[in-house]
Amino acid sequence: MINKIMTADEAVAGVKDGMTIMVGGFLGTGSPEVLMDALVRKGVKHLTVIGNDGGLAPGQPAGEFGAKTARGIGKLLENHMVDHIIASHIGVNPMINEQVAEGTLRYTLVPQGTLAEKIRAAAYGLGGILTPTGVATPMETEVDELGRTKKVMEIEGKKYLFEMPLHADYSFIRASVADKFGNYYCSKTTKNFNYVMAGAAKKTIIAPEKIVEINEIDPDLFAVAGVLVDAIVEGEKKWQI
Amino acid sequence: MADLKVRIAKRCAKEFNDGDFINLGIGLPTMVADYLPEDIMVTCHSENGFAGIDEIATAENLDVDIINSGGTYVTALPRAKFFDIAESFGLVRGGHVKATVLGAMEVAENGDLANWIVPGKKVAGMGGAMDLCAGCPEVIIVMLHTQKGAHKILKECSLPLTAEKCVSKIITEMGVMEVREDGIWVTELHPDFTWEEIQAATGCELHKDPNMKAMEEE
Repeated sequence: MINKIMTADEAVAGVKDGMTIMVGGFLGTGSPEVLMDALVRKGVKHLTVIGNDGGLAPGQPAGEFGAKTARGIGKLLENHMVDHIIASHIGVNPMINEQVAEGTLRYTLVPQGTLAEKIRAAAYGLGGILTPTGVATPMETEVDELGRTKKVMEIEGKKYLFEMPLHADYSFIRASVADKFGNYYCSKTTKNFNYVMAGAAKKTIIAPEKIVEINEIDPDLFAVAGVLVDAIVEGEKKWQI
Repeated sequence: MADLKVRIAKRCAKEFNDGDFINLGIGLPTMVADYLPEDIMVTCHSENGFAGIDEIATAENLDVDIINSGGTYVTALPRAKFFDIAESFGLVRGGHVKATVLGAMEVAENGDLANWIVPGKKVAGMGGAMDLCAGCPEVIIVMLHTQKGAHKILKECSLPLTAEKCVSKIITEMGVMEVREDGIWVTELHPDFTWEEIQAATGCELHKDPNMKAMEEE
C-alpha cells in the first residue's frame, strides 16, 4: 500500500540544481518551513522559485511580532539558492532587491490574481487564461525570455490578456490538517497559494501542521484532494512569535 | 498634513452604503475604516484571503494564521469568510468587490491610474493592485492633491499604468472629483480653497459640476 509519509529530507531528495519550484505562503504566513529548511540543508542552487513574494527576512515584520528567522522563500534567498523569482510582490524582503543589485537574482512580476490563475491553469489542464488584469500596462508590452509578448484578445468589446500556464518541478505546500492520504485544508489566511499549487507541478509535497488518520475527521472538511499529493512531511509547527 | 489625511479619510468613508463589500489599500486608504459610519455594515476584503477584516491584532488576541495583505497580524469579524488567492481575486475580477480605495502617484483625466512603479527606482511589485483596478466597479483614489506642489492629476500619466480608464472618483484635501466620459468634474470643493486654487493644483482642465457644493468632512 502506498505510504506518502516521509521526512522532509526524503521529500526534497529529488530536487536538483536549476529546477523550478512553487512555494505556498504570503509574506511568510502559510509557508512550509520544514521543506524550506530541508532545501537549505540539501543546498540546491540556481532555483527558479514561484511564489507570491520573497517571504520574510529575519526580524520581519517590523515590530513586536517580528520573526527571529527568515520565513518561507526568505530562507532560500538568505542562502543564495535562487536565480529567478516569479512573484507579485518583491518589496518586503530586502534580500531580493539586494541580490538583484548584485546581479545574482532576476525577477518576473505577475499580478497576484493572474499568478494564481496561471498556476491553476497548470494544475487543471488549461492552455492559458484570459484576464482583464494588466491591459494597457507593462504586463501587456513586456517581452518574455523567448522574445514573446502576450496576445491581447478583444471579446465582446472588452480587452483581455492571454496568460500562459505556469508549471514547475515541485510544489511545496503548507497545510494545517491533512489525513494520511494527503487530503488537506489550510486554516484562515494560510490558504493563500497552498490550494492552487497542488497538482501544478510534477511532484506535490505537503507539510501539514497536524496529520490525522484517514476518516478521523469529517472528510468533507478537506479542501484539496489527496490524489494530488505525492508526499506528506512531518514536523511542520504552528508558527511561534 | 495628518489633519488633511484625516479629512480625506472621513470624506471617503461617506461613500459607502449598508452591505457594501470593499477593499482598502495600505496607508491613507486603511484610515478610511476608522471613520465608517457605525450604523451600516461594510465588509472589508483582504486580498490575501478573507472578507471581514476587523482590527490590528494585539498580543492578547493574535492568531498567527491571520494576516492582512500588508503582512500585519489582524483580527477577523465573526462573519468573516476565509478563501484562497484564486477565490479572492475571482471576487475582485468578477466585480463582486464594489470598490477599491487606493493612493495614486498619477491619475489622468480619462481615469488612467499609475500607482505601482517608478522606472529607475527600487521595484516593489504590483501585488494585487492591477487586479483590483481592473476588476472593481469603482476605483476611488484618496491622496493629497499634489506631491509637494507637483501635479498628480494630469492630462496623461507619464508613469507605467496600473490600469487604464479605471478611476471613478478622486478625493483630496481640496475636493471631490468624479471621472466622467468627458473629463474630471468637481462635485465638492473644500471651503479652505477657491476654484482657482484647485484648478491651479491640477494638471488638466477641471469641470465645475452644476450642483457643486462644499466638501463635507463630518
